[in-house]
Amino acid sequence: MPEQLIFAMEVILNGLMAGVLYALVALGFVLIFKASGIFNYAQGVMALFAAMTLVGIMQGQVPFSHLINATFGLHVTHFGWQVPAVVAIALTMAVMVLLAWCVQRFVMRHLVGQEPIILFMATIGLAYFLEGVADLMWGSEIKTLDVGLPQGINLWIDETTFNIFGYGFFIDNLDIVATVIAALLVAALVAFSQYTKQGRAMRAVADDHQAALSVGISLNFIWIMVWSVAGFVALVAGIMWGTKSGVQFSLSLIALKALPVLMLGGFTSIPGAIVGGLIIGVGEKLFEFAIGPLVGGATENWFAYVLALIFLVFRPQGLFGEKIIERV
Amino acid sequence: MLDASEGYTTEDGRKIGGVVMEMKNITLRFGGVVAIKEISFDIREGEIRAIIGPNGAGKSSMLNVISGFYLPQEGEVWFRGERRPQMKPFEVARQGIARTFQNIALFEGMSVLDNVMTGRLNHMKSGLFAQALWKGRAEAEESANRKVVENVIDFLEIQHIRKTPVSRLPYGLKKRVELARALAAQPKLLLLDEPMAGMNVEEKEDMSRFILDVNDEFGTTIALIEHDMGVVMDLSDRVVVMDYGRKIGDGTPDEVRGNQEVIDAYLGVSHD
Ligand SMILES: Nc1ncnc2c1ncn2[C@@H]1O[C@H](COP(=O)(O)OP(=O)(O)OP(=O)(O)O)[C@@H](O)[C@H]1O
Ligand SMILES: [Mg+2]
Repeated sequence: MPEQLIFAMEVILNGLMAGVLYALVALGFVLIFKASGIFNYAQGVMALFAAMTLVGIMQGQVPFSHLINATFGLHVTHFGWQVPAVVAIALTMAVMVLLAWCVQRFVMRHLVGQEPIILFMATIGLAYFLEGVADLMWGSEIKTLDVGLPQGINLWIDETTFNIFGYGFFIDNLDIVATVIAALLVAALVAFSQYTKQGRAMRAVADDHQAALSVGISLNFIWIMVWSVAGFVALVAGIMWGTKSGVQFSLSLIALKALPVLMLGGFTSIPGAIVGGLIIGVGEKLFEFAIGPLVGGATENWFAYVLALIFLVFRPQGLFGEKIIERV
Repeated sequence: MLDASEGYTTEDGRKIGGVVMEMKNITLRFGGVVAIKEISFDIREGEIRAIIGPNGAGKSSMLNVISGFYLPQEGEVWFRGERRPQMKPFEVARQGIARTFQNIALFEGMSVLDNVMTGRLNHMKSGLFAQALWKGRAEAEESANRKVVENVIDFLEIQHIRKTPVSRLPYGLKKRVELARALAAQPKLLLLDEPMAGMNVEEKEDMSRFILDVNDEFGTTIALIEHDMGVVMDLSDRVVVMDYGRKIGDGTPDEVRGNQEVIDAYLGVSHD
């Protein structure tokens, strides 16, 4: 097999795995958009917030320590204990549910029936607010996150591919784990929405508010639930990204990468978010590999957006989105 | 024929029971528009109660007050002998009041079966964790709910479209699916806002038959809004007539038909 083709295969595999992470963030967007028509700009920041909270809890950091120290002239930073990863993840999830409740109670509840653009603006506000809160609570320095996920090159794949192609693929164990977890997450979400009472109610609310009310569904409850689920997805994405590249504020920028993913997959389609994520992941790695050297590299910064733009022109509803038909 | 305290017997021999729902002095305003003005009436167990009146009379508004979608500025709502506190629409639905809408509100992205199934949501007790932990119980509940849904589907003769996405159905069938969803909740009170509007003669006859059968077989109490006077006279046991937000008549179809104010309100409009 020609050498180039073998390299390309490795690039595609790595692209697929990067795409899984994009898909995870995009999934959070789709969930909220479907259920409430809100484009949640804060989804990326939620992932950051979740990751920071997780690290903070694990390391026994005192929340708001800068604020406390500055106000009372103290020098507390840590409680002096470590919290096991599993417990910390559960606690972080509780924080995300609380956040969901606050978002609904203090923001979205007052904006029911407003124009989508106003709801969107509210989530921009939420994003900056949350970023500020995260900074104030846990500090702005880069943190490492280690919840015990395996990392480093997968030797089995390395050896196997070496035996076949005479060239060992470099695939990170973390990427493999991320892929498996993402698959499980999606399966769980699908099962949840298809087979549970709450999932059915969620689909109903996503479809028609009036009808949902008439069969006894509390919109308020469902929206808190949806924001909680989005919080959970953000937590999973935060763990993956945080483990991979450290917990830092640039994490919230991955939200921007989710945008082209959504344009490709359609804003209302869960399979769309997944396929869109994979296409962007593979596309940008492959493009960088094949064309990058010709144009001086760094194509990963813009490739996704250009691809999305081309898509917008020819298929504005995305791959899986419902066809847009103008009613006259 | 009408006994104020303990029900009455209809012309066709059905026994009507005590008061299920009572509206007392309801007034509803939208800014300067008075949609409902000091209206009182009751709905009795097992009867078919019609609300009629010209366009904009306030009929839908009244149904929306009963189902909690609108909050009246004045008046009291009494349900099953108790004064109802301020309630959200979903809370009213959970009390056993199901409804359909004048402009059809279905879950367009779902199949007929899934739409009707949502009518059972109130009857699903197992929470999320129970569903995960006690699979057996959740499954028993699911199959019981399915049975109710299949019965309703058979009853309304929509077996042939049970897997069809609702968005592909013609108007008349959509109305029927909406009725099916409301029936699936096994409501104590069923509210129908113009169930026959926009239908052809044959569809209207079908719908009339279904409404009578529902009332007859399940004893469901029904309050309905209808424009077609002929249909109203055939279907209903008692009629409330509204005009410009006021109640101008209340009684059996024959009594109402003879009422001068009602005749005036409908003057120039051909009915029958
Ligand atoms: N949500 C609302 N906001 C403002 N005004 C309303 C609202 N709903 C109803 N109205 C007004 O209340 C009055 C009664 O309307 P309603 O829909 O109850 O009449 P209706 O008897 O059902 O008429 P139709 O036969 O046309 O359905 C009308 O003047 C209408 O414009
Ligand atoms: Mg009306």
